[in-house]
Formats: sequence, C-alpha cells, structure tokens
Amino acid sequence: MTPEVLAALEAAKSAKRPVALLTRLSDGAQHLWPDAELAPPLAEAAARALAEDAAANLTLDGEAWFIHPHNPALRLIVVGAVHIAQALVPMAQAAGYAVTVVDPRRAWATAERFPGITLIHEWTDDAVAALAPDARSAVVTLTHDPKLDDPALDAALKSDCFYIGALGSRRTHAKRVARLTEMGHTPEAIARIHAPVGLNIEAVTAPEIALSILAEVVATRRGAALAQRPALAA
Amino acid sequence: MSDSEDVLATAAAWRAAGEPVAIATVVETWGSSPRPAGSRLAVSASGRLAGSVSGGCIEGAVADAAKQTMTTGTPQLLDFGISDERAWEVGLACGGKLKVFVEKLS
Repeated sequence: MTPEVLAALEAAKSAKRPVALLTRLSDGAQHLWPDAELAPPLAEAAARALAEDAAANLTLDGEAWFIHPHNPALRLIVVGAVHIAQALVPMAQAAGYAVTVVDPRRAWATAERFPGITLIHEWTDDAVAALAPDARSAVVTLTHDPKLDDPALDAALKSDCFYIGALGSRRTHAKRVARLTEMGHTPEAIARIHAPVGLNIEAVTAPEIALSILAEVVATRRGAALAQRPALAA
Repeated sequence: MSDSEDVLATAAAWRAAGEPVAIATVVETWGSSPRPAGSRLAVSASGRLAGSVSGGCIEGAVADAAKQTMTTGTPQLLDFGISDERAWEVGLACGGKLKVFVEKLS
C-alpha cells in the first residue's frame, strides 16, 4: 500500500465518504473507487460491495481482485444524556459506532459526563431531524420524558434509520403508542420502535441495560432472529 | 468496518514513527472462519501487532510472512486451510479455510 492510497483512505474516512479499495492480488496494485476510473466490471463490483457493506472477489482477464468496501462508521444517536447513556456511549464506540448525544437539558449533556462526545442541546425533534438518520443509523431514546422522547421518535420514524429503541415499560410504551398514533404515525411505522428497549437479558444496572440495547442494535443490523419482535398492538 | 480502519490508522502511526510495517488482509474465507474478509492485521518490524485475521490461530505465521514482505517489498498471498499441513502446524483448528494478502506499507 502506497502512502498516497493510505492518505486517500484516511481522507475519505474523515470526510465520511464511502470508497472501495481494489487490490490486484498478483502484484498488490491498488485503486480507490469512485476516485479512479475503472473497467466497468470492477466499478460495478465496487459499487455493490459498498451497497452491501461486504468484501468481494472478482477475476477479470485472468487477474484476481479483492474489493474492500470502506463505508463511513455506523451512527448511534442517543437522546437523553442520562446514566444509561454514559454506559452506552463507550460500548457503542468500541463496537465501531460514531455516537452523538442529544439532550436540551444542559445540566445532563455536559462534556464532563460525556468526554469527547458530540453533544447537541437543540430540542430533540430538530436535533434528530438535523442529524438526518440514514440506513446506517440507529436512534435510541432514553430520557423517559415524553416531552423529550416523543419529538425525537417522531423525527426518527420519518427517517429510514435501521433501528429505533425507546426506554420505558410496556405500560409506558402503550401510552406512547397512543400519542404517536395521534401524531399521525401508522401501527406499521410505530412497530419499528423496539420497546421496552434492548434484548431481554434481565438487565438491572445501567451498564447491563446499555449492553442489552447495544446487543439489540447489533442483532437488528445483522438480521439476527433475536431482534424480531411481534408487532405491538396500537 | 470501522475496526479495520483503526488498524490502518495504527499502521500509519507506526510507519510515521519510522518503523517498517506490513498489512495483512483476509481476502477470502470458506467455512467457519472467525474473521470476515476485509479483516486486517498490521505488523511492525519490532513485532507489534494491531487487529486480527483469525481468532489468534494464524497470526504468528502471518507475522512471519509480514516480516519477509517488509524486507523484500513483494506482496504475498497466503493460503490457510484444513487440507494445508501448514495450517495444522500453526493451529487453524476451527476447520475453516482462508486466504490472507500481505503487503508492505511503503
């Protein structure tokens, strides 16, 4: 790998730009796509590897190529700078997620409680909408306060994020479902919300709850059967 | 995968500090391999390791090949599998097969 290729990979990473690294295995020659113009079969394989987020192999004119997608980090948007969030943030970072914490309550969302983390103090619907969650984003609401959680969930439901989770008991969630229905969300849309949040591992402490949430995010991302839930009645 | 990119950042830092570095990448797997294609292991001339290409079974053999590649500059494509006696030697007991590409970070 040349210093130029390494620098280009690092630049794409800081610009959060998806690139595929193509390596010819016979001699180690490398190209970045879409930066370099490539033979159509290579370009198509590169585009597919990025879309599927999976490495691929291709033989073209007798030469074996390795196609290695480098997508921007998955994102986790945590609404509520609460105790569980303090445990969840470092775990999610270790799992490779770029984490943002949203909480308009400045006493909670402080740099002391979340060192080095991007903190947003806007109202939660504006904040989540501005972060524009995409298919590589997860949104978790943890404030336990409908004033803060509901607007964030409203914004998350309008996005195509791959995971939405909301802290709260079944009873709390039933009331939340009623409120979200009043806001115009369909039962199918509301069924996207994982609530009570997290896999059921009988978690008790804040770090245990954080672990159950992160496990559910990963299970959803990887399509594990464990993440499937029966739809909740509206 | 963000973890593979962190390995590159570590490799770049070692290289910037003046150490020769090689990067090994899993390019193909069959059966039950613990790390998917794209997983990286960086190796420095002084023997530092970052990342992984298996559950620890073949890292030693890959590091040896990496040191060769650091010296010669020639990339290598390593084959590990149950039919390969070398894989038994280095302990790929999981029953998987994989190919690892080793290149110098110039």
